[in-house]
Amino acid sequence: MALPQRKQDATDARLAAVTLPDGPAWLTKARKAALARVSAMGLPARRDEYWKFSDPTTLTDTAVISADLADASDREFAGADALMAVFVDGAFDADASDDLEAAGVTITRLAQAQDITWAGDLLGTLEARGQSPVERPLAALTTAMATDGLLIHVTGDAARAVHVRYDRKDAGADVALHHVVKLDAGATFTLLESGAGAARFMSNMEVDVADGATFHHVRAQGRDTGRRMNTHTFTRIGTGSTFKSFTLSINGALTRNDCIMDIVGDDATAHVAGACVGDGEGFHHDDTVFITHDAVGCESRQVFKKVLRNGAVGVFQGKILVKHGAQKTDGYQISQSLLLDGDSQFLAKPELEIYADDVACSHGSTSGAIDEDALFYLRSRGVPHKTATTLLTLSFLAEALQEIDDESLGDDLRDRLAGWLDRHQS
Amino acid sequence: MAAMDVDVKEGVDQETVDAVAQLSGAYKYGWNDDEIEMDYAPKGLNTDIVKLISGKNEEPEWMTQWRLDAFARWEGMTVPNWAMLKVADIDFQDLYYYARPKSMEVKPKSLDEVDPKLLETYKKLGIPLSEQAILAGVEGAVPDEGRKVAVDAVFDSVSVGTTFQKELMKAGVIFCSISEAIREHPELVKKYLGTVVPVTDNFYATLNSAVFSDGSFVYIPPGVRCPMELSTYFRINAENTGQFERTLIIADKGSYVSYLEGCTAPKRDVAQLHAAVVEIIIEEDAEVKYSTVQNWYPGDAEGKGGIYNFVTKRADCRGDRSKIMWTQVETGSAVTWKYPSCILRGNDSQGEFYSIAIANNMQQADTGTKMIHLGKRTKSRIVSKGISAGKAQNTYRGLVSMHPKAKESRNYTQCDSLLIGSECGAHTVPYIEVKNNSSRVEHEATTSKVDDEQLFYCRSRGMDEEEAVALVVNGFCKEVLQALPMEFAMEAQALVAISLEGSVG
Repeated sequence: MALPQRKQDATDARLAAVTLPDGPAWLTKARKAALARVSAMGLPARRDEYWKFSDPTTLTDTAVISADLADASDREFAGADALMAVFVDGAFDADASDDLEAAGVTITRLAQAQDITWAGDLLGTLEARGQSPVERPLAALTTAMATDGLLIHVTGDAARAVHVRYDRKDAGADVALHHVVKLDAGATFTLLESGAGAARFMSNMEVDVADGATFHHVRAQGRDTGRRMNTHTFTRIGTGSTFKSFTLSINGALTRNDCIMDIVGDDATAHVAGACVGDGEGFHHDDTVFITHDAVGCESRQVFKKVLRNGAVGVFQGKILVKHGAQKTDGYQISQSLLLDGDSQFLAKPELEIYADDVACSHGSTSGAIDEDALFYLRSRGVPHKTATTLLTLSFLAEALQEIDDESLGDDLRDRLAGWLDRHQS
Repeated sequence: MAAMDVDVKEGVDQETVDAVAQLSGAYKYGWNDDEIEMDYAPKGLNTDIVKLISGKNEEPEWMTQWRLDAFARWEGMTVPNWAMLKVADIDFQDLYYYARPKSMEVKPKSLDEVDPKLLETYKKLGIPLSEQAILAGVEGAVPDEGRKVAVDAVFDSVSVGTTFQKELMKAGVIFCSISEAIREHPELVKKYLGTVVPVTDNFYATLNSAVFSDGSFVYIPPGVRCPMELSTYFRINAENTGQFERTLIIADKGSYVSYLEGCTAPKRDVAQLHAAVVEIIIEEDAEVKYSTVQNWYPGDAEGKGGIYNFVTKRADCRGDRSKIMWTQVETGSAVTWKYPSCILRGNDSQGEFYSIAIANNMQQADTGTKMIHLGKRTKSRIVSKGISAGKAQNTYRGLVSMHPKAKESRNYTQCDSLLIGSECGAHTVPYIEVKNNSSRVEHEATTSKVDDEQLFYCRSRGMDEEEAVALVVNGFCKEVLQALPMEFAMEAQALVAISLEGSVG
């Protein structure tokens, strides 16, 4: 079907400015296929159903708006025992990174990909699969344009976690990265991500979790207030396996995290959670989740909490699709926002689409101010107003943070939230 | 009534399954009255047809122009496709837009002059068009003194007659067909028509604006509590005919009215189009209760035939402390596309939406509500129960919007879905937009919102947790039924057997 003229023009203009990176034949093929997908779908616009709450213009424009560099001295997960992989404005920094070697895991870089690799069968395929029923043209664009990224093959119990850090030096960098993670049957692996990445940072991660494997993902998105970011996580989840992902977002002009989970094996567990705090009209944060249950006896969980003040905007679009035959599904979804003043906004669309009769899916969504009674109680016990507000806000965020299995990682992020709340109180 | 022959998951009440089968099973109103002679306008839609409909209703020039403007706009519009509905393309040129019983050519002066065949149809449907009769719901449900219900009966494109008009007039209440209102009360129609659902609103509303042939008009003057319930009964009879009715209800300051709407159609193999618009204006301190039992022909078990029901219903709570309550029981139609909405403009105004949608066989329903909070301290409540059986698809689609100025407003939404059998689907698409922090919006599933105190009470009386939850939840479901007026007692009684135990979400 032909695209509307305006969309066609915007897409043509953007694609004219794209140069595909060099690479081996299989990768060029995957990139060209991705570009063809973008051409067919057209770039997103405000009128598209899944962009009605967030304006994608700054993500689709050819030009990039620069963003001031935040102080990066205090880095997340500094205490974690993990192999470091550092990208500065999207370019791999070998000096700052560890040798990417550990038992149970093989890591190569997309920019150094060989002619023959296991990733050839995977790269772009989960993204392509994730284009239906909802189109995600920016993910396809990122697959086409990504200059680098990690190809991680986990064959057993990975001896160490991997921490990918995205540093910035250039205020106006436009970066696209693409990671592929493949966990063999029974393998376990933890991936950490931190940092803002670039003025405009586009990233894809395709994760194939084979039967009985366990994948943990904890992410802290950089605090640079002006940054714009669009991440896509595509995952295929096999029988009896576990996928858990948590994202903390602090500041940022525009953050859109898309998570597309395809549960294809029975008795699997898939959790995705996020906490975000934003201050000011320049803050716009969007979590868009699409979970497909296509197997029996699986559990999925979505927990998203947003604290917003001074005109900040929070968006949640979550969907649980239970396919015909996906009986005994247990789907849970909660999205809540705490609006600390009268100017902030919460826009939500918590959806269910169910084609199986023996399932339990619940979805809750609430929005409101701090509970005055609770605040009064704390004040009456001698807790100062500011401390009481911080305490109540942290307790509001707690359900999301509890989704992090590793306590020390959870504590690290909790401290950061407490610090932010302290700094951002009137 | 044979029990529904399906595998039902554990926890779903057999009584519920049977009640759904009964409500949405064999269609009781499917006969056709083909012996009633009809006059048709030529098939198809163009400016001549629009002018013809306007002419048949003896409308003034401004009304004809209003329709023509709507038609011109409609020609440039495209069929909306965002709903979770699979609808075969409708050929809008292959329909009759006007069908009138021959006997109505000369408008009868009173009901006594109406063709007995027409009256017979309504008699068969259980709709009393004689002023002596009272609407007998369930035996014993009618109070001794008798309850009067004024009825406007719409047959295909025209209103056949309206009962109790004189008695209502004594109270100052105007209740007549919209075609009569355009002739007799042009100042009121001109002031309010299209102000809640603008001509430009959506594809089907615009189409309706161009071609609506009849419908009901209600005006309740300031301070008047309407002395009886008002009711409109829609019957589609003619084949290949679209029914486009328009209802306009105005509740002036401090008034109250309860309005009922019912609809049926014969069994026909070809799907038929019904695109209605209902506009309600509620001024200061006024209250309107609008109840619908929608029982259009749903098509056969293979999905052949049935009514395509594309309806735009909206209430504008203009005045402070005004109140609207929508209650709907949707059991019919092959396709339902309907979102009765509330614009809560006045401060402290209230909107309520109670809905039970039952879809069986190949039926598809995409229905819900919009609560648009504009005024301060506005309140809304949404309770929606969707039940799917057979191969049916049932979608709740709703919007709750809190504007920045709607300070200290509240919304509570609860939507539950129940699937009977493994071939059907239940979907929920709520949109929530909160733009101030003093308002509270809650959208939750039943079980998580069961009142702790009620639970504790039940537990202290020796019930186990599960029993206690079931009791409290079922009590809540009945609330929808209690919102139905007495006239729907029969339907309500059948619905009482439905429990939402075993809901999927």
